[in-house]
Amino acid sequence: METDAVFFTDRSGRITSNPLLDQLPSYQSLLYRRKSSVSGPKRRSSSRGRLGSSSSGKWNMSTFTRPFEKQKSQVTEQQPIRELAKPMAEKRRDKTQRLEEAQELTNWRQWRQSSRRYLRRLRDDAQEWLSSMKLWRGDIHLIEGMFGTGILSYFSFLRFLVVLNLIIFLIKFSFVMLPIIIAPYASGNITYNLNDAGVCSVYPSSARRGLVIFHEHITDLLSGGGFLEQTYLFYGYYKVDKIHFTNVTYNLALAYLLSTIAYLFLSLIWIVKRSARGFKRNLVQDEDRFQSFCNKIFAGWDFCITNENAARLKRSSLLYELKTDLEEERIKQKIADRTRKEKCRIYLIRLILNLFVIGVLAACFYTIYVATIFSQEAQMTKIKVNFIVDLIYEYLPSIVITLANFITPLLFSVIINYEDYSPAFEIRFTLMRCVFMRLTSIGVLLFSLWSQITNCEEEPCICGYNHLLYSCWETRVGQEMYKLTIFDFITIVAVTIFVEFPRKLIVKHCDCGLAKWWGQQEFAIPQNVLEIVYGQTICWIGTFYCPMLPAICTIKYFFIFYIKKVSLINNCRPATRPFRASSSNFFFLGVLLIGLALACLPVTVSVAQINCSHACGPFVNFNTSWEVLPTTISQLPSGAQTLLFALSSEAFAVSFFVITCLAMFYVIALAGAHKRVINQLRDQLAMEGRDKRFLIQKLCQAQRLSPVRSPVSKSKPRSPSYHTSFASNFSEGVFLAHSPPDSSTHV
Amino acid sequence: MGNKQTTFTDEQLEAFQDCTFFTRKEILRLHSRYRELAPHLVPLDYTNNPDIRVPLALIVTMPELKENPFRDRIVETFSEDGQGNLSFNDFVDMFSALCETSPRELKTIYAFKIYDFNRDNFICKDDLQQTLTLLTKGELTEDEVLLVCDKALEEADLDGDSKLSFSDFQNMISKAPDFLRYNHVLYSHLYLCLLLLLLLLLLLLSG
Repeated sequence: METDAVFFTDRSGRITSNPLLDQLPSYQSLLYRRKSSVSGPKRRSSSRGRLGSSSSGKWNMSTFTRPFEKQKSQVTEQQPIRELAKPMAEKRRDKTQRLEEAQELTNWRQWRQSSRRYLRRLRDDAQEWLSSMKLWRGDIHLIEGMFGTGILSYFSFLRFLVVLNLIIFLIKFSFVMLPIIIAPYASGNITYNLNDAGVCSVYPSSARRGLVIFHEHITDLLSGGGFLEQTYLFYGYYKVDKIHFTNVTYNLALAYLLSTIAYLFLSLIWIVKRSARGFKRNLVQDEDRFQSFCNKIFAGWDFCITNENAARLKRSSLLYELKTDLEEERIKQKIADRTRKEKCRIYLIRLILNLFVIGVLAACFYTIYVATIFSQEAQMTKIKVNFIVDLIYEYLPSIVITLANFITPLLFSVIINYEDYSPAFEIRFTLMRCVFMRLTSIGVLLFSLWSQITNCEEEPCICGYNHLLYSCWETRVGQEMYKLTIFDFITIVAVTIFVEFPRKLIVKHCDCGLAKWWGQQEFAIPQNVLEIVYGQTICWIGTFYCPMLPAICTIKYFFIFYIKKVSLINNCRPATRPFRASSSNFFFLGVLLIGLALACLPVTVSVAQINCSHACGPFVNFNTSWEVLPTTISQLPSGAQTLLFALSSEAFAVSFFVITCLAMFYVIALAGAHKRVINQLRDQLAMEGRDKRFLIQKLCQAQRLSPVRSPVSKSKPRSPSYHTSFASNFSEGVFLAHSPPDSSTHV
Repeated sequence: MGNKQTTFTDEQLEAFQDCTFFTRKEILRLHSRYRELAPHLVPLDYTNNPDIRVPLALIVTMPELKENPFRDRIVETFSEDGQGNLSFNDFVDMFSALCETSPRELKTIYAFKIYDFNRDNFICKDDLQQTLTLLTKGELTEDEVLLVCDKALEEADLDGDSKLSFSDFQNMISKAPDFLRYNHVLYSHLYLCLLLLLLLLLLLLSG
């Protein structure tokens, strides 16, 4: 960087202020709130409209000349007074000035202004009222003050999931359950699915007969079997085909299918909308660790912290972050200095360790597969050994999944130390592996279930599935999902009560080495987020088979909020490894989107491919659940039919695909073009800055040379900024080689 | 609160509402907080605009500011005399600029003023060092402080004068993760296209 001695320093090395510089409009826009000797004219010429609009970020330059001010003031009338960076007294003066100006306007304009102001105030009041209605506002505020915005984002994520599940349940309820419930009261005639006395439509009742021992009720409650099986809870109960009201016929099968598609769609749109707000990463070009030091210094402190302990911890976490960044710089240097031999060695180690990780994952998946099959067979044989053992057989897949999800993160975090990545990449890579493990385990469970369901003794299956063992296989899948949800909840509660609280007590009261090594609990945000995303994925998959699952999940997350909050406040200290709130928003919603994508897959396959059971459910009269849609369309009037056929024809699909691809490429190209423009502007800005300094230097020299002449040379200095060679070619005097161009960025 | 309060006239409250981001209730609550700091100094009745200033030492005892390493600078920036003595107008101004609903542009301007310790309209290396020292309470070594400041200047200085002017600062803040708005509209379009593609695939699968 060239060292321009533009700003003449005095003996002490401090920069003396240059009177010319102070007159530049860019300086005046940042007047300080001092009753200083700043003269009136300067005040007025400070650009009122200096505040750039948020979208373009342009800088409204003010001009010195008065005539333009009137124009300016009319243009900036749109800017509300409270968004100006001025002292209160000046804002009041502005307000009275605007009111006076408003008197000069026509009545129509006056009315428009006052109505706009009134509407704005109304909107503010409405927003305030709405935000006061938000769930758990006080609790989240308290957590924010104590632990900062990182953990706050976890809890607001939890709140989002509660609301999402509630809406999903309302959709399912109003379109599927409500018509069945109100049919008797609204004089509706329900037509049930015909029971053609084939083999496939035999559905033995699962209600227990005879004397029922008490603990069998509990088994039923925990496993969704027994008395719970033939209730609204599961798919099998909805044997309704159509409901005939007085005027309309309500096709329940169609409603069931469409509400499934609707809730998946709604979740997708809502998550995307939420993530667009806090989207940081550039998909097209990776700007890894851009501006990391500046962000930490200027945007690092959390201004919401009011607790002394939290402030101390925030400081130490910032310190840790800065030290980590410095460490990363050193490691980057080290990596760049690696010799060939070392590189080969590192790559070999990484290959071996990745193979090991894949092996571990494969072993876990195989265990889950075996456990599921064993559990299914144990439930089928119906030999009751013992209450506890029965429960364990029922919950075997859940237990195995939970154990695998507990052990593998520890394993991964040990392995990553040997792979010698940079610290930031280590964290992200471990997290990716954990996400993959969690979400794929559900997929493996479902796959093993399906392999059981479609596995008959004589191939191929008569009914398309194993009707002897699984007369209503959807209910069985629903029961598995129900069990997973219940077990997940029990695990969270149990871990909190039996691990976290004792840990706090031990660390507080016991002074032994174990306590010191274990340390106080830290609220590990990634692991907790993975936990609730796992639960939400199960909910999305399971809602098709168990329509009341979203309600159960709402209640579950409701309780989890309070459990986590209590545990956090009593047991935890903030993480020493900080988790930035902004990028965490992207992380949460990104993982949730992966979960949603993963949830869509099994639902789609089971709706479109697997034969639905003929003994229960709304789709008895169809081969697959999807078939209800084409059947309904074929009953529509011919106009609508041709339209829908045209929409799903190949011609339309291909052209739609092509147009979408074009739109995507356009957007990507636009982003690239913007980047190029920004780089150009940045270079131009650097050049302008150097020109400015050069010119001021020359002016000051000229002033010193001729002290008699007053510095009237306030005329706008034109700079031949497009010729870079000029800047270095002149030794004295201001010399314009060309006629001054009207540069739009002149100062 | 209603119409029974006698602290402010209606015009005053309306002026406050227009000039800040607070509602009437919040302004009255702010006044009671202001009064709590110095009950003997601040009168209950503000209808005739008394010229009372609460000194810096009392203001930084507020719980919202107590733990903030930049509390002195914040109060000084919003004070008219530059020494940190806030009148009620300045007090309300300060909280209005820092509250949730104030726009990022406004916060950027004030953030720049806060971090500019020597008030020369630039954030020079000295200012950066002071900021960093306040932030970490002197836990970094000299070399580390210099290194971090160098790197920060390298990242944000656009016009190459080895200090941050307001345009540099504004540009840098606009890209900081919490402030980022750049191109988010663009990328939600991208998302929508991906969504449409997914839909299409589904359609094709079923047909």
